[in-house]
Amino acid sequence: MTDAIVVGAGHNGLVAAAYLARAGLDVVVLESSAEIGGATRSEEAFPGFRFSVFSYLVSLLRPEVIHELDLVRHGLFLVPTASTLNPLPGGDCLFREADPQRTYRHIARHSRRDAEALFEYKLEMRRMGHLMYRLQRAAPDELAAAIGDRVGESAEHLDVEVSAEVADIARYFLDLPAARLRLFAQMLTMSSADFLGQWFESDVLKAALSSSSIIGSMLSPRTPGSAYVLLHHYMGEVDGVYREWGFQKGGTGAVAATIARAAQSHGAEIRTHSPVARVLASDGRAAGVVLANGDELHAGVVLSSAAPQISLGRLLDPEDVPGGAGLVERAARWQSGGCAGKVNLAISGLPRFECMPEPGPHLSGGITIAPGLDYVDRAYDDAKYGGYSERPFIDMIIPSVLDPDMAPPGKHVLSCFVQYAPYELAAGPWDDGQREAFGDAVVRTLAEYAPGIEDQILHRQVLVPPDIEAIAGIPGGNIFHGELRLSQLFLLRPDPAAASFRTPLPGYYVCGSSTQFGGGISGGPARLAALRVLDDLRRPETAGSGGGAETP
Amino acid sequence: MPRRAPQGTQAVQRALALLRSFTPGVPEHRLSELAATHGLHPSTAHRLLGVLEAEGLIGRSPDSQAYRWVPGAPCAGDAGPLTRHNGLRPLEPLRTPFHRRTAALCESGAWRDWSGYTCVETYEPTPEREYWAVRNAVGLIDVSPLFKYEIAGPEAERLLDRVMTRDFSKSRTGRVVYTSWCNEEGHLLQDGNVQRLSRERFLVSAAEPCLRWFEDCGWGMDVEVRDVSKEIGVLALQGPRARAVAEAATTGVDFGAMRYFDLATGKVGSGAGDAPATVTRTGYTGDLGYEFWVAVEHAEALWDALVEAGQDHGLLPAGLLALDMVRVEAGLVLIDVDYVSASHAEIEALKVTPAEAGLGFTVKLDKQADFVGRHALELERDRGPAWAMVGLEVGWFELERLWSEIDLRPQVVGQPASREPTPVFAPGGWQVGQCTSRFFSPLLKKYIGLATVHADVAALGTELDVEVAVGYGRRRARARVVRRPFFNPPRKTAVDAPPGVAE
Repeated sequence: MTDAIVVGAGHNGLVAAAYLARAGLDVVVLESSAEIGGATRSEEAFPGFRFSVFSYLVSLLRPEVIHELDLVRHGLFLVPTASTLNPLPGGDCLFREADPQRTYRHIARHSRRDAEALFEYKLEMRRMGHLMYRLQRAAPDELAAAIGDRVGESAEHLDVEVSAEVADIARYFLDLPAARLRLFAQMLTMSSADFLGQWFESDVLKAALSSSSIIGSMLSPRTPGSAYVLLHHYMGEVDGVYREWGFQKGGTGAVAATIARAAQSHGAEIRTHSPVARVLASDGRAAGVVLANGDELHAGVVLSSAAPQISLGRLLDPEDVPGGAGLVERAARWQSGGCAGKVNLAISGLPRFECMPEPGPHLSGGITIAPGLDYVDRAYDDAKYGGYSERPFIDMIIPSVLDPDMAPPGKHVLSCFVQYAPYELAAGPWDDGQREAFGDAVVRTLAEYAPGIEDQILHRQVLVPPDIEAIAGIPGGNIFHGELRLSQLFLLRPDPAAASFRTPLPGYYVCGSSTQFGGGISGGPARLAALRVLDDLRRPETAGSGGGAETP
Repeated sequence: MPRRAPQGTQAVQRALALLRSFTPGVPEHRLSELAATHGLHPSTAHRLLGVLEAEGLIGRSPDSQAYRWVPGAPCAGDAGPLTRHNGLRPLEPLRTPFHRRTAALCESGAWRDWSGYTCVETYEPTPEREYWAVRNAVGLIDVSPLFKYEIAGPEAERLLDRVMTRDFSKSRTGRVVYTSWCNEEGHLLQDGNVQRLSRERFLVSAAEPCLRWFEDCGWGMDVEVRDVSKEIGVLALQGPRARAVAEAATTGVDFGAMRYFDLATGKVGSGAGDAPATVTRTGYTGDLGYEFWVAVEHAEALWDALVEAGQDHGLLPAGLLALDMVRVEAGLVLIDVDYVSASHAEIEALKVTPAEAGLGFTVKLDKQADFVGRHALELERDRGPAWAMVGLEVGWFELERLWSEIDLRPQVVGQPASREPTPVFAPGGWQVGQCTSRFFSPLLKKYIGLATVHADVAALGTELDVEVAVGYGRRRARARVVRRPFFNPPRKTAVDAPPGVAE
């Protein structure tokens, strides 16, 4: 007898399955495609070159998930990427290293004031990351109950029904210095350019730091709201150090494989080639799923790791749930148009950047083409009017430097995350011609900073949002399963009626990237969702009550 | 006394003399000290040093503002003999036969003394990349400062059987034996490797001098003990890609057939510059790896060949900080850190037997030969060792708990292995031992340490408390006794595994 069904074998689906199986449940994961991983996927796209196709770095993966699921034993192997190089026109660059004093010297070449301000900025941002960490410690509906209409009350008056953990966080928030609350409000609303402008004067540094504010988002650094995306990335940590990044040996597909092994070690079953058509309801409760081939699989608990258009739309019959029509309609209007492409290049040797042509530590870190705020803003403008960026923003790593197993000896992979490439082009749908033209624009841009790169290319893989949609199953191809904007965050993610991971259909839960604190290779939302399921199973009397937040 | 210099050249002479005071081994000097040493007025010394600094020949220490040797600048060894005002020639730091290569790459300027040799602590400002190279690709480590003794003669085997706790009557040519040696009380003197080069020729490598001990133990035997420490350069090539690199650089060695602790001879490099080398499948990293032993005149050829072959495999030269991190993960004990050699333990309480240092497996009481310490170790076998060397592990959530008390995430990464001994307690209770090597392993994502504890609290799974620095305070963290090595990949001992395949 199956106790729980998880729809989707991306990293979040697998994390949820692992937690449920670990608690003794009989769990089946149903994956529509031939491979697990979703957007955490490694493939041998060219003979001898095996690399992450989509997502490429790991930072948001929750330490709780790593340690509770014992992922190191199952193969987690994160190599740090300690530096970031921003090549600039004319052979100049901005280089940030792990060593703060060296970074100070690099930045001081551009602005002494900014080099100094960076220390203060990083300290504040680590504090903001810690604030987000504290927020994540409690299940969101309880948070809503604790904080939602009680701001201003002193902690002593908190409802006694609130768990100690939530009371602790509420107290934490109420005790925060006003300056930090102000900063938090700024980060939810401001543009990253304005936010960074409070610290820095140098355009190149602002552009460099704003990179994290546009990743995966149809936003320019000058768009209000982009500061949150910056904050979202500061939630990431490696071993307690906020804002660190790691590279998984074997690519991000190895992250999925690692979590899958953890889930299987607890008895979870993973079935590929098993697309789900809809969630079965019986007596007002989830009762299992119907597969695309008509088979039925019964279970008292169903979790979906898919985006809301699927989880709360396609999979759900509006008649089965109270307020179902509104739910489905809101899911359809969920903003998740992709804006990023991935260009993976197999190259014959290490690239020679004009600013630092010789091999060195800079090649084992991130390398970003974002030479100025105007540059990135113009790249965004192209997309705003329905084109891909002619001179795009590129965030790249050379995975074969971090993991020699990714390419044949002496050869390398250049993994380029590129913005902007809108899901829908004004000129008509993406076709091979458009795809290749976009790939050409990327190579042309790279060649401005690494002359000769075009002659080093052995193979080229160009992936745009419709490809992400088709391969990873994310509607619109948005890497976060939906824009990280205030309108789609916290109690509004993925929907006010599903903010607690419970949906209005008792027994049916959401656990993917589009849920609270989701977005990125985190596993955090899936963990919270699984804990919510287990809690509900222990206390069946509250399980049918739906989300904590009211359905509008 | 130097001859009186011609007019006007005195300042040049003084400046050069000042410059020669800066060496990699003695890199830092304070103004007052230099002025005194060179018999100069402080203001004169200050003026001259200012010129040297402006010319980039010396630098300033960022912390103390003391004057400092800079890599690449001429130093005592380059500038000829050094004299001090008392006329005695001071001991210059020794340089390994790879020094010219390592110095050229030591970007950090971080050097450390190892048995009198000037060795690279980290090549880059932080050891992270060097550490990961060993675990993820391949690292190249200069371990030449080891003491090396050739033991040769018809009774070489007999001498080793007399000195060592291991059974050398069973050792074969082409094998390396890891062994302990003790004094008559069964107290551990050292641990080290013994290569059997032929029936009558062995090479012992050890961390500390032991020529006199071997000679005395072999008194009357037909055997010669020769100190060849300065004649042989040693490079350790360690990591999952070690075999691929070794194969590319070496001729005449069948690496596929080499087992853990095998020994072979071949040539490294190609053409006229090739270097005859002994290759052992050994190392101090707990990973797949080899050590290359060459005559010093071939040292640079060896370095060059390995570095070139390693280009396509992510090879990085790795310093001693990285080596110390991986050896703790490998659970390997270090003399005078994790145990005190009985040869310089001032009090009895500091002495340990091999079993108490975690080296009980090297003691072969069933061997035919009598050996130094045998009787004492037989007595110990009957009553059991008093101490045990254990692996301790502090899990992530325990670290989170400690740091949450000061509202921080655990601050444990990016710190090299600590060698400062700290107490180990029974949970909430008395001290039961000491933790002598520890760090947060970024690979295992756990805080790990080597500790010597009372034998009755050494069982696997036993809970103990260790001291951890949290902020400015020290807290007790709950640790668990776990199996050593902490990290033990199958590739370490695998035979004929395809190169570069992890695990």
